[in-house]
Amino acid sequence: MASLLGFLAKTLAIADMEVRKLRHDPTELFTRALQPALWLLVFGQVISRGHVVDTGGLPYLHFLVPGILAQSVLFIAIFNGISVIWERDLGIVHKFLASPAPRAALVLGKALGGGVRALVQAVVIVLLALLLGVSVRWEAAPLAGAILLIVLGAAVFSSFSLIIACLVKTRERFMGIGQVLTMPLFFASNAIYPTSMMPAWLQVLSHLNPLTYEVDGLRALLLSGAPQAPLGLATDFGVLGCALAALVAVSARIYPNIAR
Amino acid sequence: MISTRALTRRFGAVLAVDALDLEIAPGEIFGLVGRNGAGKTTTVKMLTTLLPPTSGTASIDGHDVVREAGAVRRVIGYVPQALSADGELTGYENLLVFARLFDIPRAERRRRIDEALAFMDLAGAAGRLVRHYSGGMIRRLEIAQSTLHRPKVLFLDEPTVGLDPLARHTVWQHLRRLNRDAGTTVVLTTHYMDEAEALCGRLAILHQGRLAALGPAEELKARAGAGATLDEAFAHFTGGAERGTGYAGTAETRRTAGRLG
Repeated sequence: MASLLGFLAKTLAIADMEVRKLRHDPTELFTRALQPALWLLVFGQVISRGHVVDTGGLPYLHFLVPGILAQSVLFIAIFNGISVIWERDLGIVHKFLASPAPRAALVLGKALGGGVRALVQAVVIVLLALLLGVSVRWEAAPLAGAILLIVLGAAVFSSFSLIIACLVKTRERFMGIGQVLTMPLFFASNAIYPTSMMPAWLQVLSHLNPLTYEVDGLRALLLSGAPQAPLGLATDFGVLGCALAALVAVSARIYPNIAR
Repeated sequence: MISTRALTRRFGAVLAVDALDLEIAPGEIFGLVGRNGAGKTTTVKMLTTLLPPTSGTASIDGHDVVREAGAVRRVIGYVPQALSADGELTGYENLLVFARLFDIPRAERRRRIDEALAFMDLAGAAGRLVRHYSGGMIRRLEIAQSTLHRPKVLFLDEPTVGLDPLARHTVWQHLRRLNRDAGTTVVLTTHYMDEAEALCGRLAILHQGRLAALGPAEELKARAGAGATLDEAFAHFTGGAERGTGYAGTAETRRTAGRLG
């Protein structure tokens, strides 16, 4: 029990540090808001006019909002790992690793820091959605669920990103791999079209993609009048939770390699 | 306090540290000197549990660095070579995160951090972002950071590289005070002979991963010849200037040794 509390305290120490950095310099949050705004204002408006996507009775723009929200969670989190490469060059990682903090707490703390970043971004997107007339569910439980799901999803992709950073070890290679990964993850998900519209092979990939579960859950939790999550909320949380546990276990093992 | 037995680390075909035997007593200020690539940093990384040895053993305060890494990490502090405080946080926040990682109880954190900052003459800069600190201030902040939990041994890798002369002397003063007042054992690597001579009670000269000589600076100088400087002693134990052809004047040797570290 004491060791569990110690583990949590250290995880929060690292996450808190990330949040403090964000508080000192929040500019990136505003510059990052541009891309999702374009997806909603341009892409969303155009596709809405065509009535080409079968969303099960939902206006397309409403359908799109949770997808774009999940997309920006993915984009923020997938590049989160680069900070580890900076910290390696600065020697910060070395000091963390020479401390008695459990390695899993160090990586989970980083991942949750990515989660908070994503959450701030989510607020911006939801505000934008409200301006566009999307009806959001304002009930305590679904809202709390959505917050949890956003942090969970961001933590999954952050720890995935951390693993990549520890394997490739240089900024250049990391950025290259990050760019290569984001679009396939995005298109092989239900973010901008439902899985039912996909060819069979893509449906298979989509079900292996954590982003699909993130979008599925967010759609049910955020939109009023949305159908039940087709995959089920329990599945969404379960898949993302297991993915996080597995990724943290792997990254805790390889994180020390970056300091060698 | 520190003991190594045939400590060895190989990187592929390169033998970075070759069968190192060292004994460092509590309360010493001990210097690992050598050129770039002599094995200083690799040795420190093994002693701080960051790098597993290929063979041989090392222990700190009776704890094996591999089998009891957790216990070792509780009794050591580490200041890496680069200026490694986080520029995007304030000085206070840089210490706060380490206070939490080292389990310093919440009720004591504030006092311990304030004390550490005052000890390093940084109390006035606690609320400023570290990005705006000078190099010497960052180094002192790092020493504060790595001694918050009152370690028995403090490791520093090239603690004054890139600092101006005044900042170097301030760092030396603080390390001496820490050693004297808190009894902290200090192990540092350096390629500056003046630093080794001014600060360290004993020196280990490393050359190509091996221990080339060990002892107080005075003794090493005497062994190298009457009236030898530490630079000359260093060249003596590491096979001279190495570059150049044939005879090199003393001045030349000194310059080369200074440049190569």
